[in-house]
Amino acid sequence: MKMITAMVRPSKVDAIKTALVALDIIGMTVTDSRGFGRQKGQVERYRGTEFTVEFLPKARIEVVVPSAKVEAAVAAITEAARTGEIGDGKIFVSPVESVIRIRTGETGEVSL
Amino acid sequence: MHRSPIGGALSVATTFNRFRNRFLDRLQDPQLRRMAFFLMAIGAGIVPLMAGSAKAALTKMPTDGADTLLMLVGSALVLLMTPGLAFFYGGFTRAKNVLNCMMMSFFLMGLIGVLWVVIGYSLAFGTGFKSPFIGGLEFMWLNGVGGQLGDAPLADGFALSSTSFALFQGMFAIITPALISGALVERVSFKAWFWFCLIWSLLVYSPMAKMVWGGGFIGPFGSIGAIDFAGGTVVHIASGVAALVGAAIIGPRTTWPDSKRPPHNVPFILLGAGLLWFGWFGFNGASMFAAKTAGYPFLTTSTAASAGLLTWCLIEWFKDGKPTAVGAATGAVAGLVGITPAAGFVYMGPSILIGVLTAAACFIAVQVKAAIQFDDSLDTFMVHGVGGTTGALLTGILASKALVPADYFPLSAKIMEESGNFGLFIAQLKAVIFSYGFVALGTAVILWILGALMPLRVSAEDEERGLDYVAHGEEAYDPMTN
Repeated sequence: MKMITAMVRPSKVDAIKTALVALDIIGMTVTDSRGFGRQKGQVERYRGTEFTVEFLPKARIEVVVPSAKVEAAVAAITEAARTGEIGDGKIFVSPVESVIRIRTGETGEVSL
Repeated sequence: MHRSPIGGALSVATTFNRFRNRFLDRLQDPQLRRMAFFLMAIGAGIVPLMAGSAKAALTKMPTDGADTLLMLVGSALVLLMTPGLAFFYGGFTRAKNVLNCMMMSFFLMGLIGVLWVVIGYSLAFGTGFKSPFIGGLEFMWLNGVGGQLGDAPLADGFALSSTSFALFQGMFAIITPALISGALVERVSFKAWFWFCLIWSLLVYSPMAKMVWGGGFIGPFGSIGAIDFAGGTVVHIASGVAALVGAAIIGPRTTWPDSKRPPHNVPFILLGAGLLWFGWFGFNGASMFAAKTAGYPFLTTSTAASAGLLTWCLIEWFKDGKPTAVGAATGAVAGLVGITPAAGFVYMGPSILIGVLTAAACFIAVQVKAAIQFDDSLDTFMVHGVGGTTGALLTGILASKALVPADYFPLSAKIMEESGNFGLFIAQLKAVIFSYGFVALGTAVILWILGALMPLRVSAEDEERGLDYVAHGEEAYDPMTN
């Protein structure tokens, strides 16, 4: 199993969800977050005073998938999240040791 | 006023002037004035706001339901400005300080609401001390104000009840110290704020109201003869200057200017500005004290706000490329501040001009503040002080003679008669300078004495933690509510 963590534009969350569900990947966690990469924030103005807002709104999507589906899932997220502009985000993939479904106590891939 | 016959114009003018001067001198005769005051005091039990005149032309009127209702509705409108201001200011702070910021305004509806009827009104509109600077103690607890049923008229020439007047003025007393809070948020101790507002209201606000509106030193019955329709000096210059002095004495936030943050809730700012505009109809409109003629102050209030909003946004649009929501809210409030001293003294054109010029002046002031990095946190002086000053001076230049009747504004009308709007401008300038000096000195003395008795600001750690929790044990937004 792998954990896919994708930092993406908030406006792309729906498209990403749809793309993952189409791959039969169900269950994911989305968190509002703020961050920046090469985009380096934006300038805002209040009463003429400039504020450089370093951290821009991002969505953090966490989804755990069976190892066999990782490539397809990453491809789906990449396609759905991409605009080609700076600020599209990043995807991290990391190993997951185990998973437990709280309601039934099941473990392993079956509980994803 | 006078039509000189054709021929011998010079000698006619000289004669006219001699007659006019003698006539006007007579009007200013202190003996006569004292007698008029005395008569009025008997007639209404109060030497009233803008009432009476050396000409003694004001006649006793029965209490009018419509005029009294205007004051009661006006009072409710002005009350709503204080929570409106709390939202306006609250939107600008960080999320961890929003409750404390809003409480600095909202709490005064309790503190000043009680203080006003107990003694504040008496100090502002009583006559017991026979001083042009402070009222008296005879109206404590509103004792005797309005008679047994509270329906007695305020004074000769006025048909509103004394009780509705006392309530209306109380709403002004509440919002004025609340305005000061904008300069001090996110660092001042709530205990110090409590004592500051209590003392400032009695020692600075009530005397200001007396001097401008209560027949005192600054107003049309006093020595300067300045006019202030709804509080350009009493409310806006007073709060603005106190804010400036307060911010200078208490010092900047520890996070200023290195890690300043943008407003945490811009929709709050718009909501607050909208409530302020709505309430300002009462603030300015009801200050006419007569329902029939309240149309102009209602109109000028709104046109100036519109012009201010438009001006601020257009300046931003040209200068920075984008009109902002915060700018729209600030511009509207600037326009409202500017028209406050003028609302019942000008017609449409001047009201729009006042809105435009005040918004422009405040815009420049806010940029200057940012450039010199002075932490008047929410621009109280830059909007209310600068806006109130601009409005007060423009009132002198733009006031229409027909709207400054001699019966109600004897000295001011005399000044306009003698030296026109320029003369009135000079009177306004004197009133502004005097108000700056009086308020600055009063505020500084109060803060120095308070500062010796208790810390004026919270510790740096508490500032970091956030004043909502530190001062009130609450938080505005609980991330775990679900």
